[in-house]
Amino acid sequence: MANIKEFGSKVWSIICLVSKFIYESILIPIWNFIKKIFKNPKSAVGMSILIVFILIGIFGPLIFPYSAETDVANKYLWPSLEHPFGTDWLGRDVFRQIIAGTGNMLQISFYTAIISVLIGTILGILAGYVGGVVDKIIMSITNIFLSIPSFPVYLLLAAVIVINGSLSFALIISLFSWAGLCRAIRIQVVSLKERDFIQICHVMHMSRTHIIFNELMPNLFSYIAINFVISMRNAIVASVGIMFVGLAAYDPTNWGAIMQAARDKGLVNVQNVIILLYPLINIVIFQASTLLLSNGLDETLNPRLKVM
Amino acid sequence: MVINMNKENIVEFRDVSIAYPLKKFTLQAVTNASLPLKKGMITALVGESGSGKTTLASSLIQCISEPGKVVGGDIVFNDNGNEIFINKLKDKELRKFRWEKVSMVFQAAQSALNPVMKVKDHFIETMNQHGMKKVTMEEKEAKIKKLLNFVKLDVDRVMDSYPHELSGGMKQRVMIAFALLLDPEVIILDEPTTALDVITQYFIFTLLKKINKEMGISMLLMTHDISVVAKFADYVAVMYGGRIMEYGDVHYIFKNRYHPYTRGLIGATPSILGSTKDIEAIEGNPPNLLDLPKGCIFNPRCKYCQKICQEQEPESLSIDNMSKGKCHFYKEI
Amino acid sequence: MENTAPLMSLKKVNMYFKKPGSVLKDSNIHVLRDIDLDIYPGEIVALVGESGCGKTTLGKIITGLYRPTKGDIFFNGENVSGLFNKKINSFNQVQFIQQDGYAALNPVRTIYQSLYAPIKTHNKKLKKAEIDKKIDELMNLVGLIPAEQFLIKYPHQLSGGQRQRILMARAISLEPKLIVADEPVSMIDVSLRLSLLNLMKDLNKKLNMSFVYISHDLSTTRYIAESGRVVVMYLGEIIETGKIGDVIANPRHPYTRALIQAVPIPDPDYKANEDLPLKSMELGNIEHRHIGCGFCNRCPYFEDICTQKVNYVHTETSDVLCNNLNKVPTGAVYKTYNK
Repeated sequence: MANIKEFGSKVWSIICLVSKFIYESILIPIWNFIKKIFKNPKSAVGMSILIVFILIGIFGPLIFPYSAETDVANKYLWPSLEHPFGTDWLGRDVFRQIIAGTGNMLQISFYTAIISVLIGTILGILAGYVGGVVDKIIMSITNIFLSIPSFPVYLLLAAVIVINGSLSFALIISLFSWAGLCRAIRIQVVSLKERDFIQICHVMHMSRTHIIFNELMPNLFSYIAINFVISMRNAIVASVGIMFVGLAAYDPTNWGAIMQAARDKGLVNVQNVIILLYPLINIVIFQASTLLLSNGLDETLNPRLKVM
Repeated sequence: MVINMNKENIVEFRDVSIAYPLKKFTLQAVTNASLPLKKGMITALVGESGSGKTTLASSLIQCISEPGKVVGGDIVFNDNGNEIFINKLKDKELRKFRWEKVSMVFQAAQSALNPVMKVKDHFIETMNQHGMKKVTMEEKEAKIKKLLNFVKLDVDRVMDSYPHELSGGMKQRVMIAFALLLDPEVIILDEPTTALDVITQYFIFTLLKKINKEMGISMLLMTHDISVVAKFADYVAVMYGGRIMEYGDVHYIFKNRYHPYTRGLIGATPSILGSTKDIEAIEGNPPNLLDLPKGCIFNPRCKYCQKICQEQEPESLSIDNMSKGKCHFYKEI
Repeated sequence: MENTAPLMSLKKVNMYFKKPGSVLKDSNIHVLRDIDLDIYPGEIVALVGESGCGKTTLGKIITGLYRPTKGDIFFNGENVSGLFNKKINSFNQVQFIQQDGYAALNPVRTIYQSLYAPIKTHNKKLKKAEIDKKIDELMNLVGLIPAEQFLIKYPHQLSGGQRQRILMARAISLEPKLIVADEPVSMIDVSLRLSLLNLMKDLNKKLNMSFVYISHDLSTTRYIAESGRVVVMYLGEIIETGKIGDVIANPRHPYTRALIQAVPIPDPDYKANEDLPLKSMELGNIEHRHIGCGFCNRCPYFEDICTQKVNYVHTETSDVLCNNLNKVPTGAVYKTYNK
């Protein structure tokens, strides 16, 4: 009995410790970060719109389920209560199509941002901090990726590789988007490395992991956060572009696919033009929100501006 | 109210207040400052960072950094008996007034020169803008050569150099020559030697003194260095927290040290001569302009602080009566 | 002091910097030439010279940030030049205080974090409470009271003087034997400067730490190193070294004489000799320095031999790098000072 009690109290204390750790080192910084975002009007507006998109992406399909069944009798209906955005040439509800596509778009942009930021940050810090041969190798690879025009390669790859989900789509897009970030992070690290507070770490014989994770990373955080948002934006542009050309036709509800289909059916028909406009407007709103968010983040997080 | 200007003064700051309206609050950088600049003399404006000395001096050529504004008082220039109210000049008149009457030598000579322009071109550009377009190139170059020669620069080399090819001291001398270009009557010197070495500093001040003596140009020197004031200036005004605390002849100020802040400042300056035992620091921190203490703003650091100092601010100096320091117990301690 | 063994001694230390953008070996810039310097325990040594004379480079060599191109460095009698970084720093015997307190502190870390990390790294066994107590003591020592009020702040929320005090607290936190301070008060307001200098003097006395004080300002140097030594540098060479009082009262090298005469005196009644004993006011250029004496093109006592070679001369008050000491005037450079 006593053993079990002891064991129980031990487990409890471990749970306490872990939860305290999670609370202090994960939840509080995130909460502070969110508070910072909402302090700045720009990033607050951008973030709010983004949250609306996310909510639509998660709950939209549950409330307005989309069925791919065709109903040719009701094709090209004008907007009504039943079909707020009307129907397309096969009688499918455009409003529901767009809602179903939202989740997919967000997935692609998030995956791309995560992959490219991860690769870009790791390689950028490695190149900037270690320097020497490592730097030269990483930078020449980066420069190769930067000098190849990305869109034709996307098209080529999309033709060769079967894109069958948002993750594989994201992988292809991030193939090129990491390089710019890597270069930018490297420049930041190189300039930070020469700063007095890093030099003093060398004098005080601090470990490399301490210098990278505790001294450099916090200074890069704002920069990475801003670039995360920017690569989300670029991912949307690229994915819609590839979809619009019709090379990754795995999901007919993708905004790019909707636009492509509408264009294919002929823009002489006004109905098709209107159908094409809905995803376009959505993309513009999404882009605007990310732009606002990244500008706002720049204003609130940039230490140069914070001093003032 | 128009006060007739004292003939000895070339510039008078009359009760000037300058404020920076910011988003949430207004920062009062200069409060009721009065200061005369005597003709042909060097007046030093001493103060620490944030004391408002740069703001006050830049109001003389209306170059206060945005969004600063003169919110009270007048800055008057004595143009051979005619009073020019600088703060009321229109843009066009002001452009003519700047550099032709009052010019300035900036603290960071590095950033004051355009890095992609040759030294010569800086001079020619300014001459053209001030109505000398018709003067021939030879005459212009002759004038530039004369000026560069005066500041003891290697004329042929410097004329065709870019700013980055010159050392800090040389750049500062180019700036001095540049300030002399349109034969001004007053030169403002904003910490002209802060970033320079002792020997270069000595050289620059010898040069400035020569300009002052030979050309009769009045100077307003902003500095935080008491030793430089002692060596170089004729009159000194001490500034603290946007207010002028004391003004007077440099010998008078150093000998009597009537104001507690002046006394502290001079007492805290180490010298290469004499005993180091008498040197004593001023306790406490400089004032926060957004959260000034009640009463005399120096009272939290003042050794002679009384009850009245914490309640009532001493009267400001006025242009008619500059000999009274801004202290309740002036000349009593 | 001469009887005790030096804490650190530099023997024939040379430093070359690569000229940016050139591959030729000959075009390297010779920044330090044959520096011999002993630093004794508990001593204050002041490095003085104009910008570009190599005083900061020498400071960085002493802290181990740079490795000298040639020459040996001994710490407590042990040759550490080959394994410099590791050997000295693993004991953290030498610490560094920089000029700009804002740049020297990580802007996104609190003061507490900046102070805590080095102590924890080098004293793994200490518990958090013990380190906290130590930080509290350090903050009291540098005069930042109450400590809690400052520890939670970020660097930009402190004033310049307070940041400089934090740097001092951090430097002494690992209990070094020697602290190199590179122009620690040049960016600080006049009224706060003196209290910082007093603090450094106190630390030197209380903790018996040696200080290397790097500055171009002779007045503050004299104040802090009152009983210490001064080392005057010119274009990468030590040209005069001796007790600071002696050197100021009786400078021997022509450059030191000019340097001291150029220092402004905070007294308007004092009038210095009008002209400095220099042929040229232009700074020397380390890239175009020829063999022999680096000062000879500005020196009024110059002779032909100076362009060939120059030797150290041991005088009563100081060691001087000059050929023509008999031609250089002696005694104070000041006119009589009535005060």
